[in-house]
Amino acid sequence: MRRTVAEAGAGLRSGEVTAAGLLEEVLAQASTTEAQLHAYLTIDREGALQAAAQADAELRSGNDLGPLHGIPVALKDNMVTRGVETTAASQILAGYVPPYDATVVSRLRSAGAVIVGKTNLDEFAMGSSTENSAYGTSYNPWDTTRVPGGSSGGSAAAVAAGSALAALGSDTGGSIRQPASLCGVVGMKPTYGTVSRYGLIAFASSLDQIGPLTKTVEDSALVLSVIWGHDPLEATSYPGELDDPGSRVGAGVEGLRVGVVEELSGDGYEPEVETAVGEMVERLSESGAEIVEVSLPSFEYALSAYYLIAPAEASANLARFDGIRYGLRVAGDTAEEMMAATRGQGFGPEPTRRILLGTYALSAGYYDAFYGQAQRVRSAIQEDFADAYRRVDVLVSPTSPTVAFPAGARTDDPLAMYLSDICTIPSNLSGHPAISVPIGLDTQGLPIGFQVMAPALGEVTMYQVAAEVERLAGFEQSPVLEKMAS
Amino acid sequence: MSWEAVIGIEVHVELATRSKMFCGCAVSFGDEPNTNVCPTCLGLPGALPVPNRVAIESIMAIGIALDCRVSPQSVFHRKNYFYADLPKNYQISQFDIPVCRDGHIDVELDGEISRIEIERAHMEEDTGKSTHLGDGGRIHSARATWLDFNRSGVPLVEIVSRPDIRSASQARAYAQELRSLVAELGVSDARLEEGSIRFDANVSIRREGDRGLGTKVEIKNMNSFRSLEQAIDYEVARQVDLVETGGEVIQETRHWEEEAGVTHSMRTKEGSSDYRYFTEPDLAPMVMSEEWVARVRATIPELPAGRRARFVGDGLEPAAAAVLSGSPPRLRQIYEDAIVAGAPAVSAANWVIGELTAADRRPEPAGIELSGADLAELISLVDTGKVSSTAAKDVLEGVLGGEGSPARVAQARDLIQISDPSELESAIAAVIEENPKAVSDYADGETKIIGFLVGQVMRATQGKADPKAVNEMLRDRLDA
Repeated sequence: MRRTVAEAGAGLRSGEVTAAGLLEEVLAQASTTEAQLHAYLTIDREGALQAAAQADAELRSGNDLGPLHGIPVALKDNMVTRGVETTAASQILAGYVPPYDATVVSRLRSAGAVIVGKTNLDEFAMGSSTENSAYGTSYNPWDTTRVPGGSSGGSAAAVAAGSALAALGSDTGGSIRQPASLCGVVGMKPTYGTVSRYGLIAFASSLDQIGPLTKTVEDSALVLSVIWGHDPLEATSYPGELDDPGSRVGAGVEGLRVGVVEELSGDGYEPEVETAVGEMVERLSESGAEIVEVSLPSFEYALSAYYLIAPAEASANLARFDGIRYGLRVAGDTAEEMMAATRGQGFGPEPTRRILLGTYALSAGYYDAFYGQAQRVRSAIQEDFADAYRRVDVLVSPTSPTVAFPAGARTDDPLAMYLSDICTIPSNLSGHPAISVPIGLDTQGLPIGFQVMAPALGEVTMYQVAAEVERLAGFEQSPVLEKMAS
Repeated sequence: MSWEAVIGIEVHVELATRSKMFCGCAVSFGDEPNTNVCPTCLGLPGALPVPNRVAIESIMAIGIALDCRVSPQSVFHRKNYFYADLPKNYQISQFDIPVCRDGHIDVELDGEISRIEIERAHMEEDTGKSTHLGDGGRIHSARATWLDFNRSGVPLVEIVSRPDIRSASQARAYAQELRSLVAELGVSDARLEEGSIRFDANVSIRREGDRGLGTKVEIKNMNSFRSLEQAIDYEVARQVDLVETGGEVIQETRHWEEEAGVTHSMRTKEGSSDYRYFTEPDLAPMVMSEEWVARVRATIPELPAGRRARFVGDGLEPAAAAVLSGSPPRLRQIYEDAIVAGAPAVSAANWVIGELTAADRRPEPAGIELSGADLAELISLVDTGKVSSTAAKDVLEGVLGGEGSPARVAQARDLIQISDPSELESAIAAVIEENPKAVSDYADGETKIIGFLVGQVMRATQGKADPKAVNEMLRDRLDA
């Protein structure tokens, strides 16, 4: 158990395991953990068995499709899959079976990956705990009374629990990195435009980015190398060539300048988190990195700006769910009443809250004070980042101010919930890559994540530093099954 | 106190690109409903738009032809409103940075040319098409609505004029001029009956001499030039009547009812719609470099206004120049080639507008095979008296029927006139001989009788004599 993608790949090629065998392990693990974790919304057993058989046949015939060939992978349920129900954890898409594959899905398929199923999330990726799913919350494998984080909580929990070797998530304000941090796995958000959004059910189009959740930094780079690259189906897709993101994994940090973000500490940060992050910075210094204290004053406004920009875009992105062409339809006397009734019943409280917020922020007379001002803050954050990256190669911080919190602890307090993303949001506003690496457990036995941020297209350096963090932390623990059984 | 109408027109032009604005689906009118659709134009979850380069070049061409400034950079916005045939419930459109701004077009009405300023031309996508079943074809009273998304995402250019138009007939002339311009550019099918050009008019009135603008009313649902003109006439009269009887014009949208010939208020909610425009995050700004604009400019053909002026320069009356300018390009080309071959412009134009257009419209044979040189030769046969104008039509039939050049056809069909005096001499002498009564009547001053004598000569020559020559020779004889 607990193989990494790299190990499984070696095993497949040496004949030690088969894709069917790997899938069997993962499905067996899911059958024991799902009752407590609810990481998956759909397990596509038939499709996965078929894909695994095909992967084995291809490998036998000498047709090696690369690092994900035969690897069981899970997908967050906001990426559309042809023929497999895709709901974004919303009632409004109950029973919706897409007629096409997202670009990342077709890339995974043609790379020989075995898609196990679709993982749980906060409805339309709106949330930080997976408690906003219309199909029930997911739980944290390290403590099943706690949340796995969100919105990609199902993907993080599945990778942590071994019911997938790797998973894809989407990150709009931290939705890959924060659950990765809370579940003790590696979660990475690539540079905006490098991984296609085609087929990702949009939350906030200018911020959304798909990325990998894996056990290790090496695996993260392997998955990214398969899914990224130009996509003619997306107009904001980065058109240039991309380097192998893992090319400097293992190269150490000698001579690299590491900036510690002053603003991402203090009030609201758990002392154990701050201590662990501080110690890791020390050790990076001992490894030869130059540590620089960096101040990015605009970060203070990042959360506020995010909660105007993201809901504004969401208010338009979610307008298409009207009961007319697909998904839930609630009857009404007129077309308008039907649309209103469908939306009223189909959206849960958090999407409803954000649609209202976004609609308000874009309304005549309020646009400039809210949406316009938020865009100016976004520019200021981009300038602060640009300024910082003239002095340092990467920036580091905690991924989340706290470890996994108990289920229900923040559901009545949206603001407290929103603060979960305070460290991750700036990289979405700037479009830069960032990664969360687990660096240890707190005294309650809950994982702590360390965030490494890099400038646009700085994935190679980001992974270089992340790999050193991983090596220094020596974090190799997995959640223990006995603890989960209760 | 007299009133002045102040009118601005918004024209929507559907572009005739092969594929839609933001996806690869075919642009095709009249196909089975919902056959030219894909995730993007159906607004399926996760689908994204990718702009159509040809559509952007088409709006650039329209802008250049209207003497607009083409923005170096232009941005798409989302226009948010809920409607059953709008799949995303927002339309990708443009807001504050349209592709084209500040142009103009010259419009001719009753021989007078006026310049209408164009405020902007922007790029957007069309909606699907709703068919409301039940009372009146309106959504509010419909039993059911059919939705066809074949039109969803078809590229649409909206051209907005400034309120420079002062009458319904001028509005009509403006709309017609724009239609012929986009047809000439080849960027649209420009068919009103298929909805590939649609008009909305903003109408207000003010007292003659006032500079300010009155409260405007938007009128919709005019689907022909005639209904555009009638709707504006009706609306102006309605507003004048309203104000003169102590009423007040309210800002609203009114629907033109073609059968009843009236506009009526559409049910609108309080206040104006708030479309909550914001930058479309799925599309990067469009950058229109000077080189690109220049490349598009080089593809622009001669436009109707310039061509009409050139034809007038050739010597044509403005009316004839307008008709010829609107003729099918291949017929115009015959005119152009005939001139080069030496034909007088007026005759060449008359042939093209008259006989050739009529021949072109006949179902059989399809198309006409006639060169400009042929036409010049035919005109020359008439002008030199070798063929009568009546016989010339037969000659044309022969040429179109593939019997050869005009001279050859005239020979073969025995249509050459006799105008040589030596050949007519004996026939004239015989007719004078045989009709003493007519000759004496002529001598007594009844000169109209000459027509009868000419007729007799024509009969004697089986119609081949040149009546002009015969007439002259008879007069010479009788007056002597």
